[in-house]
Amino acid sequence: MTTLTAPPKTAPPPSRPRPSAGAGKWKRRIPLLPALIFTIVVTQLPFVATLVISTLQWNVLKPGERHFVGLSNFKFVFTDERLRTAVLNTVVLTASVVLISVLLGLGLAMLLDRRFVGRGLARTLLIAPFLVMPVAAALLWKHAIYNPDYGLLNGTLNAVYRLFGAENGPTIDWVSSYPMPAVVLSLVWQWTPFMMLIILAGLQAQPGDVLEAARVDGASAMATFRFITLPHLRQYLELGILLGTIYVVQTFDAVYTITQGGPGSRTTNLPYEIYLTMFRKYEYGQAAAAGVVVVLGSIVIATFALRTIASLFREEVSR
Amino acid sequence: MRTRRMIHVLAAAAAASSLLVACSGAGGSSSSGGGGKSINVLMVGNPQMEDIAKLTKDTFTKDTGIKVNFTVLPENELRDKVTQDVATQAGQYDVATIGAYEVPIWEKNGWLHELSSYADKDTAFDKADLLKPMVTSLSGSDGKLYALPFYGESSFLMYNKDVMEAKGIKVPERPTWQQIADIAAKVDGAEPGMRGICLRGLAGWGELGASLTTVVNTYGGTWFTKDWKAQVNSPEFKKAANFYVDLVRGHGEAGAAQAGFTECLNAMSQKKVAMWYDATSAAGSLEDPKSSKIAGRVGYAYAPTTETKSSGWLWSWAWAMPKTTKNADAASKFMLWASSKEYEKTVGEKLGWSRVPAGKRASTYELPEYQKAAASFGDITLKSIEQADPANPGLQPRPTVGVQYVAIPEFQDLGTKVTQEISAAIAGKTSVDKALDDGQKLAEEVAKNYQ
Repeated sequence: MTTLTAPPKTAPPPSRPRPSAGAGKWKRRIPLLPALIFTIVVTQLPFVATLVISTLQWNVLKPGERHFVGLSNFKFVFTDERLRTAVLNTVVLTASVVLISVLLGLGLAMLLDRRFVGRGLARTLLIAPFLVMPVAAALLWKHAIYNPDYGLLNGTLNAVYRLFGAENGPTIDWVSSYPMPAVVLSLVWQWTPFMMLIILAGLQAQPGDVLEAARVDGASAMATFRFITLPHLRQYLELGILLGTIYVVQTFDAVYTITQGGPGSRTTNLPYEIYLTMFRKYEYGQAAAAGVVVVLGSIVIATFALRTIASLFREEVSR
Repeated sequence: MRTRRMIHVLAAAAAASSLLVACSGAGGSSSSGGGGKSINVLMVGNPQMEDIAKLTKDTFTKDTGIKVNFTVLPENELRDKVTQDVATQAGQYDVATIGAYEVPIWEKNGWLHELSSYADKDTAFDKADLLKPMVTSLSGSDGKLYALPFYGESSFLMYNKDVMEAKGIKVPERPTWQQIADIAAKVDGAEPGMRGICLRGLAGWGELGASLTTVVNTYGGTWFTKDWKAQVNSPEFKKAANFYVDLVRGHGEAGAAQAGFTECLNAMSQKKVAMWYDATSAAGSLEDPKSSKIAGRVGYAYAPTTETKSSGWLWSWAWAMPKTTKNADAASKFMLWASSKEYEKTVGEKLGWSRVPAGKRASTYELPEYQKAAASFGDITLKSIEQADPANPGLQPRPTVGVQYVAIPEFQDLGTKVTQEISAAIAGKTSVDKALDDGQKLAEEVAKNYQ
């Protein structure tokens, strides 16, 4: 009897824990469900709505002419010359802002990694630009720095010229003459602290014994940096670049405030072009289609970002 | 230990990012309607509107018991919001300020309440007192009023009297553009860092587009002919645009491609330019000694011309009632009061006569108090408005009513894109001819919808 009942008793365990564990999991998940549903409602439904709108010919100023047009809005997005310029501008803007701020951030992080009097103060001051609201920062750059009449740049130039006896320096119209560099510079100012923070964390996580060993072995500072610090920082740099890219792609405030996308469309990036399509042209279908394309592009970048972050954790756990 | 630090970094990064998103996503406010007698008003954040927001509670609400909730937004955001609200029939607002450009388009779409019947019933309102160009520009195709003007403006030339006297130049009362260009060349550099003239160079149909179109009109050009043929690269349009761009590039304000109304007002009142062609409503600010270094020393001349008799523009901010409103009676009472003689008097007595929302009524210019406050510019403002002919502003008949814009929905986009390229020409990044040839293609696309 006992020998007969034994096998069934031992057999269920592999199969039984599964449903019970599943039920337990669901029991644990139930309190989370409202949050999950809420998240789906606020993030996914609008996206579905955007997808639907992107297939419509819909100009809000022409009521009664709304109708389904299939993929022709997407065709417009991919063939419109202005949108192509906007894509190009977005790439140039994002790449230059991210790369320059990573390089500057790396340099500042290296300096801040050393011990010196007032390090805390220096660090706080360096982080400050990142905490300024984007619109406020853009206004600051446009008026206080670039303005040809009373801006800081021309003011400094004039002061230097006067030092050498000239009556007045040149009046350079920074925003019109160098539109893209003007936008890039203001964004670099905002994003360098972000990169610096990430890289500084990486530097401080560097094992001291390895550095000490290198010093004992007589490695030069340059060699230590190249062969030990830089490989160690690789993932931090990647993380900074990817997070930075995701956010800088969406830049709107700086373009809207400093250049209004101009002169012409030389600094018009995708978000600003979509804004113009939405609020000047009132073509909701075209704006939605362009938005969908941008989301798909961002998902590609974000996938890489998430992978990098995941690999960071894997490494940390395996260590 | 190390893992924890890593998590801190990520958390900090995430927190910082979400903060950023929160900041950039800010915006959008709404006023909530209370009980029975309460209306929601959406309006542009100009000084005249801020005044009415201050005065309403102790005058209008006290007399009628109607509570008014104001939402005030800057011009661009106002346009976005009011268009969304009215076009989607959201019905959040009972009254909104819109401009002369929107009225005919929205009336055609059936979005606006007609207001003539309300105005006719109210004898104290005195509809006949409203200036004729205002009535024309705010009327629908059926001849009825679809918005009540709050204040109106045309454009004229303002100049620094001291500079002109020092150089021995007399600015004619009715100058031509060529005379103005010659004067600009003479006074350029009259004082250290001073340029000859300020003209709007900032892209936008309501910025550069407004000034430029008045110049195009007087050179005999037009955006479209009466039967919807695009004329953006016609010889007249090109001549006018080249003249404008050459004048700005040669003797215009510093940073011209980024300068709009606000920047020019600043340049003029801080003596960075000797002349300025812009809205008549700018005079009030220029004559305010608190903000202007040339208060009391400003001369005024009519908008410069070339081939037409006059060339000033015509604009008004006006009260309109969306059809979706459920408080039509209360809303109409508010609108009639806000556009009335009585309200103008209230402003004059409580805030000062120079702050009266002028430019819409003939009687305003007969008030002795206002005549005194606006002695230097009141008369020329009134005449500029009266001379502006929204139905026939150039040398040839037009398809729509309006001086400095084409009253079709596509014009916001067309005007913005063409002025972007002309602004680039002002910055020296492209040529005017190329900008206009590209603009012609856009305009031809638009014209197809109407031919």
